Amino acid sequence: MFIKQISIFLENKPGALREMTELLGKGGIDLLALSVADTQNFGIIRIIVDSAHTDSGLLLLRDNGYTAKVNHVICAEVADRPLGLCELLSLIEKAGLSVEYMYSFLRASSSGEAHMILRLSDGEKAAKLFQMHDVKMMSQEEVDAL
Amino acid sequence: MEMGQREHRIYNPAMECISRDELHKLQGERLAATVKREYENVAVYRARMDEAGVKPEDIRGVEDLKYLPFMEKTDLRDYYPFDLLASPKSEIVRIHGSSGTTGKPIVSGYTANDVDVWSEMMARTLTAAGCTSEDIVQVSYGLGLFTGGFGGYQGANKIGAMVVPMSSGNTQRQIMMMRDLGATLLCCTPSYATYLGETIREMGLDPNVDLKLKAGCFGAEPWTEEMRVRIEELLGIDACDIYGLTEIAGPGVAFECLEKHGMHINEDHVIAEIINPATGEQLPYGTPGELVFTTITKTGMPMLRYRTHDICTLTDEKCECGRTLARMGRITGRTDDMLVIRGVNVFPSQIESVLVRADGVAPHYMLIVDRVNSSDTLEVQVEMTEDMFGDTVSHIENVRKYITDQIKSVVGIASKVKLVAPKSIPRSEGKAKRVIDNRKLH
Repeated sequence: MFIKQISIFLENKPGALREMTELLGKGGIDLLALSVADTQNFGIIRIIVDSAHTDSGLLLLRDNGYTAKVNHVICAEVADRPLGLCELLSLIEKAGLSVEYMYSFLRASSSGEAHMILRLSDGEKAAKLFQMHDVKMMSQEEVDAL
Repeated sequence: MEMGQREHRIYNPAMECISRDELHKLQGERLAATVKREYENVAVYRARMDEAGVKPEDIRGVEDLKYLPFMEKTDLRDYYPFDLLASPKSEIVRIHGSSGTTGKPIVSGYTANDVDVWSEMMARTLTAAGCTSEDIVQVSYGLGLFTGGFGGYQGANKIGAMVVPMSSGNTQRQIMMMRDLGATLLCCTPSYATYLGETIREMGLDPNVDLKLKAGCFGAEPWTEEMRVRIEELLGIDACDIYGLTEIAGPGVAFECLEKHGMHINEDHVIAEIINPATGEQLPYGTPGELVFTTITKTGMPMLRYRTHDICTLTDEKCECGRTLARMGRITGRTDDMLVIRGVNVFPSQIESVLVRADGVAPHYMLIVDRVNSSDTLEVQVEMTEDMFGDTVSHIENVRKYITDQIKSVVGIASKVKLVAPKSIPRSEGKAKRVIDNRKLH
């Protein structure tokens, strides 16, 4: 139901993102999804890697002086057509939940559906809501298989 | 005007022009009485004297001062708020305070006598800058626990001048009142004087035509001769330096006359020494070292050999103005890590106390002080740690805001907090370098 995400603190300065991706790349860690939240002074990078590499990725980052954490997010399947995302968001809104952030996968699944990674105000409640309304959520195994 | 040719006003010629011999005799008597009072009434200091093997009767003159133990700012923190009082609490009529070295402020209790002594010091200060009962004194130092505002107010009162107690801030209103009421003297920090001058010029006013200001007494923060020239040009006035600290009295402990050649120390109320900060040994006049003050007329909270940590030199050469009081030069540095930012004393340890986490360790941080548009700025760079980090922007912004608010509440000044990457602040071997001061004040 939930998948693992690594979030990383980056200072907003030239080369910071490149350096970090280089570190992960040389460590043999492949990025399945990535989002960059930026402010004037700092950025938060959120990445999804296959779960075999989550712990080693976190260690690699910390060993190289990054502040990083693992958190759990939902990966929901969204119909790849106009209003597909809107329908999902309506569902979330009606349930009184809010989206803290959201981004999409870099790699498409074979099913032809889009996959959105969501951080919602109440993850447990959201997961139940999605189950009730048959919104498909990717499991960690499915993500790893991408 | 050329030096030595101007008219010098002196508030109390009997004291300010006293012969050095008479002064030393008076200081000796007052010192002996103060030491006796302190020994009898302040348990903390009595214990310290006993430990040093000094009895009150050993202190008979100024030359015996060197036998007395020192007092430090940390004493005011450790014995906060009333354990250093040498008078019954019922005789204390006023409290003033400033920021201490950690979260708590330090306070000093004043008896009616102490308020009067301090008022006299400030009356001398303002008079030396040309103030008479005909003058209008605009006090733009903050009025409150901080001594600046009350100092200017009391001194002007004593002279019988008209006081305009504006307190700090609201520059437009300050200028309007200054114009409407025709203030002739200004008391504020030198950086605020510069800002006022710049704003006045920006408003298209010519101080020499539109204002009646003739002089100002500026202190509570370090400044330079270059700043003096700038303030004098901007405002068309004589800018005099003043020195003071809450622990001793407040502003007016020492003041410049219009010769602007060092600050006359009110030596009938305080004894100044210069010591080697490493050994505590007294240094002769003319040698730079740490300034130490002993109050000899204060009764509420007398200070014996109080270490200011300010570095300067003393001279007892007679001044062109006629005063015989010794003069101290500009403060050229600190023996500790205290910073003065917008007139507020700031210690890196205060910032550290805000940043300390549950495990008792503070993240690496760096204070960057600068002066932008005549106003001091403080940027606090803090390395992001895992317990501060969250995966949403709002979480991190909340952490940043929390730190900013805490600093404001503990230190009393606004700062810009910047969260930076771990290990991005340079590590130094030995004592950590916590401050980069780009103001070039010394």
